[in-house]
Amino acid sequence: MNVMNGGMQREPATGPLVAFEQVYKIYGHGESEVRALDGIDLQINAGEFVAVMGPSGSGKSTSMNILGCLDKPTAGRYLFKGTDVTSLNSEQLAMLRRHYLGFVFQGFNLLARTTALENLEIPLIYQRIEKAKRRAMAREALRVVGLEARENHTPAELSGGQQQRVAIARAIVTNPSLLLADEPTGNLDSARSHEIMQLLTTLNRERGLTVVLVTHEDDIAAYAQRRIDFRDGKIVRETRASRAGAA
Amino acid sequence: MFANTLIMAVREIRRNVLRSGLTVLGIIIGVAAVIIIVTLGAGTTQQVGSEISKMGSNMLTLMPGGDMRMGGAAMQAPLFGMGDVEALQRELVGVAAIAPYTQRSAQVVIGNENRRATVVGTTSDISVVRNWKVTEGRLFTLSEERAGKTVCIIGATIRKEMLEGQEPLGATVRVGKISCEIIGVLEAKGQVMFGGDQDLLVVLPLRTYQRRLGGSDKTAQIFMSGDTQDSLADLKAQVIQIMRQRRRIAEDERSDFNVMDMTEVSNVMQSTIGVMTTFLSAIAAVSLLVGGIGIMNIMLVSVTERTREIGIRLAIGATGREVMLQFLVEAALLSAFGGLVGITLGLGGAAGIAPAINVPFVFKPLTLVQAFAFSAAVGVVFGFMPARRAARLNPIEALRHE
Ligand SMILES: Nc1ncnc2c1ncn2[C@@H]1O[C@H](COP(=O)(O)OP(=O)(O)O)[C@@H](O)[C@H]1O
Ligand SMILES: [Mg+2]
Repeated sequence: MNVMNGGMQREPATGPLVAFEQVYKIYGHGESEVRALDGIDLQINAGEFVAVMGPSGSGKSTSMNILGCLDKPTAGRYLFKGTDVTSLNSEQLAMLRRHYLGFVFQGFNLLARTTALENLEIPLIYQRIEKAKRRAMAREALRVVGLEARENHTPAELSGGQQQRVAIARAIVTNPSLLLADEPTGNLDSARSHEIMQLLTTLNRERGLTVVLVTHEDDIAAYAQRRIDFRDGKIVRETRASRAGAA
Repeated sequence: MFANTLIMAVREIRRNVLRSGLTVLGIIIGVAAVIIIVTLGAGTTQQVGSEISKMGSNMLTLMPGGDMRMGGAAMQAPLFGMGDVEALQRELVGVAAIAPYTQRSAQVVIGNENRRATVVGTTSDISVVRNWKVTEGRLFTLSEERAGKTVCIIGATIRKEMLEGQEPLGATVRVGKISCEIIGVLEAKGQVMFGGDQDLLVVLPLRTYQRRLGGSDKTAQIFMSGDTQDSLADLKAQVIQIMRQRRRIAEDERSDFNVMDMTEVSNVMQSTIGVMTTFLSAIAAVSLLVGGIGIMNIMLVSVTERTREIGIRLAIGATGREVMLQFLVEAALLSAFGGLVGITLGLGGAAGIAPAINVPFVFKPLTLVQAFAFSAAVGVVFGFMPARRAARLNPIEALRHE
């Protein structure tokens, strides 16, 4: 895989999309040592919809950050499409994020005082996509999340659910291979949470988008095909649902 | 890549108009100050040049001084006597005219009007040497000069402001304790720089001045003009030789007088103005520096304030270098814009001030280019540290930042 070239195309799923091999993340030394991740082995295939669960402090966010190439493991290997990412430099990691990864956060993290359309354009600007095409792609992504009528609204002019949908649109506008969502419904009420989950389910089913999602709630996790439970930096249980989309 | 960075930088600046405006205020003020000072300095230099050439470029001025030994007896250099004037008249070759000249300030009264004015004692040769002309009446006659008659010639301001609507010739002026009759009015010489009025003036025959006003038969200066401009250096040498002889100054001693020609005066004045302009520009440049520090300060605050934004950008796929470039471009754009505004304000200010202090408005394109380049450079230099700090943020921590 060549990290540097555009890379919108998906390679045939010969192996897993991402794989952890004995991944450790250790903070501090000696007495105060914290094993945020304590020897994780994990494989996620392209097209999967995975829910990561576990109590607070169990290492969910840490593993998401490593999956998202925002952080590096202390030990172990992280293979992204078969390439060991742990040996890449920060520029190369930025290229991976730019072309293959999409993030959705609990706090939406849209740029303030920036319209929905402009927010969506930012990742495309970093991809050097020229203006007309950029606009068209941003509008299309807004349409997918059902907010085409809100393109000129700033985050302050949108509800929480709408902001999260803009954030999802921003994450998918570059057509990434992997969408990482760390408690995306944590700030939303139940009805809005289910709307978001339905949107993610649709993206997963219709576009084959691989989704990894962190949540505390069983009914949110129920949308996923596979559930991974963390505790004290270890995976304690893996469950596969017979069918996805409970609600 | 640069074009994209530019787009984002411009968007970010426009999103925060107030913050951007405050950021560049220092630059605006600094650049405006430099432009005003440099423009007025150039105007002053030009003005001095043209005023001096109006005075007559083939003029020599003999004045006391020269030897300024501290604590020595020569601290008070002697003035010139009428004997000196006569000797110069007798011995100089190639001189067109010689005019002794002395002046002081005195109260001048005409009717109910009362002004403080410059009172000059001289001879009618001054009209040749200094290019003075009368618009009404006449100059002193030789016999009036010899007899020390109480007659006078007034400057244009006195004519205009103290004798409004009256016939000046034949009117009586009281100068200090003496009364004298007006026989002529001088042509207006115009305002001198920084407001001094050259036409607020009463001219008496030298002898009248010495007897009735000055209280001595000395004169402070002697003006001379050469037949031609070329012979000026030779004339100067003759003056020095004659005066040294008359004062019995030994070979190895310094003269206790000075002979200046107008080119020298002009050079001295222009270099003085140059030094002043440089000095004031340096002070103004300090405010540019302060402006730069202001930019750095606000950009640093802005990096902290925008930590989360930076985290988002990094997560979305920006490289550290791109984040850095964006902040640098923002700083450079801001200060370049501040430079442009400052240049505009500076030119406007200079154009407004110049006529008020009687200095021509001299437009210097090079200064503008320099000011603009300098202000943009200030942005880059002072934007660098905040930009680097932004680029080095850890994306995870930046995203967690409130
Ligand atoms: N930057 C850090 N420095 C030290 N400890 C950290 C840091 N980030 C996370 N941890 C610790 O690692 C463990 C896992 O954290 P995290 O992955 O955020 O848990 P969660 O499952 O709640 O998302 C926690 O004990 C946390 O305190
Ligand atoms: Mg967490």
